[in-house]
Amino acid sequence: MALKGFASFAIRKAIAAIITIFAIVCVNFLIFRMVPGDPIRMMFRDPRITAEQMQLVREKFGLDKPLWEQFNCYLTELFQGNLGISFWQKRPVLEVIADRIPQTLLLVVTALAIAVILGTILGAIAGWKTGTKIDSFILGISLTLYSVPTFCMGIIFLLIFAFQLAIFPLGGISTAASGLTGFGYWKDVLWHMFLPAISIVLWYGGEYVLLTRSSMQDASGQDYITTARAKGLKESAVLRNHALRNALLPVVTITGVNLAFAVAGIIEAETVFSWPGVGRLVYDAVMKRDYPLLQGTFLVFAVAVVLANLVVDLIYGYIDPRIKVGKSE
Amino acid sequence: MALLEVENLKIYYFTREGAVKAVDDVSFSVDRDETLGLIGESGCGKTTAVFAIMRFVAPPGRIVGGKIIFDGNDIITMSNEEIRLLRGKGIAMVFQAAQNALNPVMTVGKQITEVILEHERITKEESWERAKRQLELVGIGSERVKNYPHEFSGGMKQRVMIAIATACNPRLLILDEPVTGLDVIVQRQLLTLINKLRKELRLPIIFITHDLSVIAETCGKVAVMYAGKIVEQASTVSLYENPVHPYSQALIRAYPSIKGEKRGLKSIPGAPPRLINPPIGCRFHPRCPYAVNICREEEPIFRKKNGHLVACHSIK
Ligand SMILES: Nc1ncnc2c1ncn2[C@@H]1O[C@H](COP(=O)(O)OP(=O)(O)OP(=O)(O)O)[C@@H](O)[C@H]1O
Ligand SMILES: [Mg+2]
Repeated sequence: MALKGFASFAIRKAIAAIITIFAIVCVNFLIFRMVPGDPIRMMFRDPRITAEQMQLVREKFGLDKPLWEQFNCYLTELFQGNLGISFWQKRPVLEVIADRIPQTLLLVVTALAIAVILGTILGAIAGWKTGTKIDSFILGISLTLYSVPTFCMGIIFLLIFAFQLAIFPLGGISTAASGLTGFGYWKDVLWHMFLPAISIVLWYGGEYVLLTRSSMQDASGQDYITTARAKGLKESAVLRNHALRNALLPVVTITGVNLAFAVAGIIEAETVFSWPGVGRLVYDAVMKRDYPLLQGTFLVFAVAVVLANLVVDLIYGYIDPRIKVGKSE
Repeated sequence: MALLEVENLKIYYFTREGAVKAVDDVSFSVDRDETLGLIGESGCGKTTAVFAIMRFVAPPGRIVGGKIIFDGNDIITMSNEEIRLLRGKGIAMVFQAAQNALNPVMTVGKQITEVILEHERITKEESWERAKRQLELVGIGSERVKNYPHEFSGGMKQRVMIAIATACNPRLLILDEPVTGLDVIVQRQLLTLINKLRKELRLPIIFITHDLSVIAETCGKVAVMYAGKIVEQASTVSLYENPVHPYSQALIRAYPSIKGEKRGLKSIPGAPPRLINPPIGCRFHPRCPYAVNICREEEPIFRKKNGHLVACHSIK
């Protein structure tokens, strides 16, 4: 019965995700139709081009057709994996983005995982020991870090550790033309990744400390904690089996929402540290007025956030028993 | 020596406005195979008193005096580890307002096995068998052992709490208003269950309530508390028939007769005092119809009358 409840819950969530993605696709289509300026003019920034030539290209891309037909065309092409051609790189947008995805995943997954784990642990300790010195210490640091924007922290790090002290590189993912391979190459990548990763960890982790701390405070005052103590359980068991599991529920819920905000931090960090990922691509696309590329990166980020949210929802449904049965009965 | 002896217990809450004397010089005892009812208006210090027995008093509260001797050992001075091993095994407790007393993300079976595994050297499988037996003991089908708390009604959750509390055959069970807030029929069923367990397991119980009719069916002995102090102790029957302390008299008159005769509901005029600045002398004197000068000046000491232990100046 529980599994049946979970299956129906999962299906409902998946359908909601698909609808959301469709809505994103629509918005993504419309937003770029509303931008002022003629896309064909943008494409060929050459005053010598004739009106006939432009008309020809316009017809080729279907831009002379009504909006509805354009949308139809957009959807069809999208389903075939065609996100258009980048003005700037003169090759398919999908290809340009796909080239950048591994670097972004490397940075983002590492940084966010460390941030979430570290933030949750420190937040849980602070919440469990509310009012003690260790709590004030953790709280003070996280509040400070959380209130500094990533790009600001990034620039400060660059100034101190890369420029002044020169112990970390100024940017990029690896030393150019170093000829390093294997282990040496990966060490070089990690060295380049350190500053951008740490600036994401500190900013994002601080938020997790604050979140977990308050939900831990809430959980540790609940009656079931007193019940657990009345059983004669060790304090560590009360913390792990009773307080922590309940305290993590709200943290998991918010993780999904937070991922959307994380995108901003990723774009900032990749831009400041010239990290060749999708976030940096957004910045470049804006600077080069490369609309198809911008549109493509928007879509990729939005879909990634929706899918991550779906995973978070499923995890939540799995760890909170009240959800599974909630609607199946 | 009695199973539990509480002597001159004093527990104050140190708040910004001053010390709240929640339990002030309270003494009582519970014998093996005895059930003590602790009765009094809301806020008179009942929960605080029994929390001290589990050593659950936490800041701003502090035990400022007295002794709690359980089975020959002083609970107030024992080590943290000793008190931990006593909780759940020696003394078990079912809390007031227990609707949130179960962990919402853990099956009830797991919550029962947890206490057994902590105190006994048995395998996991055996502990689950025990958990099922505990559920049946409290009148819940053992097939529900894998259910979560939200799948149970309020009364059933309270049954689960009793199953947890009795899982390790404790030597003393404390029930803090176990039926308050439940509907009358469920109250009735739970009281029947508690009585059954008391007889079958020969379990000494401290039963807290502010509902007299509830105490009448469960407890052999009653202690009446008023504003942080016990004012009268007697056998339940005797207290009903001949309450001596004016507060006990008022309390009994305030409830309809348990036998169903109409005695007329009378509430006690006035409100219980704030425990930061309790009245000098007898704490009940501002509401007492028989108060005389001495009541406003001197604290009454306990005297015997008709087998009752009463703290009132009217007894000579
Ligand atoms: N944490 C606290 N801080 C300050 N005062 C407290 C605290 N806990 C309880 N008190 C005070 O101590 C007194 C006794 O409270 P207690 O909960 O023991 O009463 P009770 O007899 O169990 O009442 P009820 O029937 O409402 O459960 C009350 O006056 C209450 O206001
Ligand atoms: Mg109480």
